[in-house]
Amino acid sequence: MLGWGVEFLRAEMNRLLALLFHQGVLDEQFLQLQQLQDESSPNFVSEVITIYFHESEKLLRNLRLLLMERELSDYKKMEIHLNQMMGSSSSIGAKRVRNVCVAFRAASEQNNHAGCLRALELLEHEYCYLKNKLHELFQIEQQRALASVVRYPARHN
Amino acid sequence: MGTAAEPQFHVLAVDDSLVDRKLIERLLKISSYQVTAVDSGSKALEFLGSRGNNGRSSSDPVPSVSPNDHQGVEVNLIITDYCMPGMTGYDLLKKIKESSSLRDIPVVIMSSENVPSRISRCLEEGAEEFILKPVRLSDVNKLRPHMRRTKKLKTHQQEPREDSERHGEIRSQPARQHELEIQQSQHHPSQQVPQHQQQKSSNNNKRKAIDAEEGLSPDRARTRYSGVATF
Repeated sequence: MLGWGVEFLRAEMNRLLALLFHQGVLDEQFLQLQQLQDESSPNFVSEVITIYFHESEKLLRNLRLLLMERELSDYKKMEIHLNQMMGSSSSIGAKRVRNVCVAFRAASEQNNHAGCLRALELLEHEYCYLKNKLHELFQIEQQRALASVVRYPARHN
Repeated sequence: MGTAAEPQFHVLAVDDSLVDRKLIERLLKISSYQVTAVDSGSKALEFLGSRGNNGRSSSDPVPSVSPNDHQGVEVNLIITDYCMPGMTGYDLLKKIKESSSLRDIPVVIMSSENVPSRISRCLEEGAEEFILKPVRLSDVNKLRPHMRRTKKLKTHQQEPREDSERHGEIRSQPARQHELEIQQSQHHPSQQVPQHQQQKSSNNNKRKAIDAEEGLSPDRARTRYSGVATF
């Protein structure tokens, strides 16, 4: 992507963002995050998202472990983890992940083990998709930042 | 906030979620507040106990205070999450309002869940506002009228704002009257409502929290659980 113009990359970013919005993967809270980023805090979004990734992966691991306890799944603990994941997902604008947490929590409240397992699979899937897309977004952003400082000669083919 | 003469309000933020702490910290800093963020109610009380609030413990040595500070750092507002393990935001609120040295620090509660009974409980206990998460810049902008003004008017830290000139020293008041007193000098006429009147049509966050559920909020209409599969 080196040498591609700033404008092109900006368009790529917007296209990806629009897609994620359209798919309901992200909501307007994500835009709020972006608005909090400026020269005084130039990496704010990626810092928060990185924290979100770490926390979420811990929570997902814990949820999987809890569900492996076939005998007596600790649904209360599951709900605590889910509430945490719901909260942080909502805070970064991860709408679909959050919605799956809601359904997961409903299954947990009914002590529905099979339902919880299905929910966890879906949650892991949604989380993976979100993570991949956000990484893509950050890569484009990095390229754009790079392109805006590096000057290439007019003819570089 | 460039000049040394302008004091910054100091907000104590309490939230067990690191993501939310980062968010609230940034929101507050962008709004020119000084921020201390802690992850639990007990840490919050610890922090408050070590500060010179209301002069109760100002005689105690505060190790982290620079020699130029007069009383240590005061807290002008506490914003806390509701759902926290151990001490909830509600528990913290109660403890603060029960403490003679802390009770006139305004407290704002945040929650990701819109539960009317929870909201009224908090407001009745003396919370100034109840903000629905995720917290946005517009929510933080509405905090300013609730700020407890710096107690001691130090000469080199004289507040340039008009309300301090009109009111002079703060008088220790129960939380409800405190809110009205502050609001008299503010330019937010819509916020001159007692805390209990949540159903009144005004543009404050209390109404937003309740009416959002009934779909009346003019603010972002949030469809909370749309398109959710059941398992």
